[in-house]
Amino acid sequence: MDKIQSLYEALAKVEGFIYPNEIALNWDMLIVMYPYVTGLVAGAFILASLNRVFDIKALRPTYEISLLTALSFMLIATMPLISHLGQPMRFYEMLITPHLTSAMAIFGFVYLWYLMVVLLLEIWFDYRYDMVIWSREKTGIMRHVYRALTLWVSDTTPKSRKTDEKIGYFITVVGIPSAFLLHGYVGFIFGSIKANPWWSTVMMPVIFLFSAMVSGIALVMFIYMVVTWLRKQKIEMIVLDSIAKYLFYILIIDFSLESLDQVHRIYVADESFDILKILVHGKLFFSFFIMQIGIGTIIPLLTLGFLQFKKPNDKIRKAIYLILSICVLTGIFFMRWNVVIGGQLFSKSFYGFTSYKVSLIGSTDVLLSLVWFIVPFFILAFLLWLLPPWKKAPAPH
Amino acid sequence: MAIDKENFSRREFLKHAGSFAGGVVFVSLINPFKFVFATKEPKGTGKWYGVAIDIEKCIGCGSCARACKVENDVINEPFFFRNWVEQYTITNDEQILVSSPNGGIDGFKQPVPEEEIYKTFFVPKMCNHCAKSPCTQVCPVGASFESPEGLALVDITYCIGCGYCVQACPYGCRYIDPTKGTVDKCTLCYHRLQQGLDPACMMACPTGARIYGDLNDKESALYAFIKEHNCAVLKPQLNTSSKLYYNDLSQEVH
Repeated sequence: MDKIQSLYEALAKVEGFIYPNEIALNWDMLIVMYPYVTGLVAGAFILASLNRVFDIKALRPTYEISLLTALSFMLIATMPLISHLGQPMRFYEMLITPHLTSAMAIFGFVYLWYLMVVLLLEIWFDYRYDMVIWSREKTGIMRHVYRALTLWVSDTTPKSRKTDEKIGYFITVVGIPSAFLLHGYVGFIFGSIKANPWWSTVMMPVIFLFSAMVSGIALVMFIYMVVTWLRKQKIEMIVLDSIAKYLFYILIIDFSLESLDQVHRIYVADESFDILKILVHGKLFFSFFIMQIGIGTIIPLLTLGFLQFKKPNDKIRKAIYLILSICVLTGIFFMRWNVVIGGQLFSKSFYGFTSYKVSLIGSTDVLLSLVWFIVPFFILAFLLWLLPPWKKAPAPH
Repeated sequence: MAIDKENFSRREFLKHAGSFAGGVVFVSLINPFKFVFATKEPKGTGKWYGVAIDIEKCIGCGSCARACKVENDVINEPFFFRNWVEQYTITNDEQILVSSPNGGIDGFKQPVPEEEIYKTFFVPKMCNHCAKSPCTQVCPVGASFESPEGLALVDITYCIGCGYCVQACPYGCRYIDPTKGTVDKCTLCYHRLQQGLDPACMMACPTGARIYGDLNDKESALYAFIKEHNCAVLKPQLNTSSKLYYNDLSQEVH
């Protein structure tokens, strides 16, 4: 059996002493993908909400893109989890017989609430009028598709548009705490595990939330640039500069929170400190110091900070933003990696380490994770084709 | 503007939505939604199992781990254990060396020369059957549950194999069985207890280092052992109310 073979390889790499059952690293790359994807959803949505609630004009061209990005990733957000289960066909048990004391059991409900009540409804109200118009303009099957999407409501009076706007605004307001709930909750899944000192911190939900916002904003920035470029349109620099400003602010908060967590650990230095210190300086050195902190945080922070004071020409700024968004997205991926994989590399006996090997060939988790990361981009492409934000009717006044 | 024929109103939509929601509620009534609560406090004065291990008596023969593997069909590979034995060696220069090759099943070798050893001992490990077990607390479907006798058990016909309990156990007592895709752990040989038989590890121990019994029974050997010896549990700071008591437990043991 391949699995057993890989365990023998892991056994040969054990350093110090670990409990025998710990050689198998239970939560693999798929579980890294899970908070990463959920974070992108929450972050993209929060950017859209900021735009709507605070009526930030500069961000307007990204509103629908943010929402559709959030939806694309939300649709597959459970897939890494389900495909990781030992018994994937039993996943529905979590929804019909949830165990009340389990932090994980509530995920299905938080997820459904967010998908059905917040995202789908908000998008529906935002696009309802346009879908009615499109259903009249199109012929053949698309006519019926759009009509079905309007749920056969074909009211196009100015009054109905006003109502759409009002309800949409209300959903956005409900949506912000929902997005906070969604990702803060994912953080709680880890933060509530008292057996694991690397996870068990009350800061975890807050850190997850802010890192989610950082990654979501970076993703929207990236997608806005790519989509506009593909459409051969002009990228509006005021849009990019505004997104970058918010990315900068949230990144500062995120970095401060994570630093606080680390400073607290270092200063308090409880019984787990020695092993965690070896972990961070050893097995996590590359993913923590280089990727998460260096490339994912410090470089973007310094560059964005610099751009707040001095603005080079548009072309250079575009290139900088594109590179920075990829840096931030990579950094947050490694932040999830350091939490999920890092938390399992050291033994709960505090006497040793196991290892985790990433290989594209032979390990289904890595391949599947890639699939679950790529699929949302295809969904997004489809959604942008079906519901093109640039073909929407102008907002009513 | 829309012509009347096409212009379905919101009222119409609400009607449809309402009847759909009504349908969902109706189906839910036929097959009610069940919340599960698998971590119950014990009721009454029935059996309340606990285990004690006398570290002074353990000779590290690994019979307990061997017997457990056979009795419970645990996969015969060095990565899956319901119970195992650890060897602790503390050297004169205060180095702590721990090992558990194949869970101690094949016995132990002492690599440190005798004159360099400050102290050495064996620590048999198994599920702590905590009264406030973090593993059953986190199970999303209640497949991990506490039996009325205070044992943390798993219903493998129901377990979804998410591995959350494996993460939540502070003692490393759970593993995912790759052949079944579900979690596995010590049951204190529940199937044997039900028939009035002793757990396999208790039977196999040649020195009587392992005792189990009913903590509610003031006459039991277990109760007497805990009373007479200075016993401690592993990781008491985690407040799991472990029911695995060790006599002569060194503070180096985690």
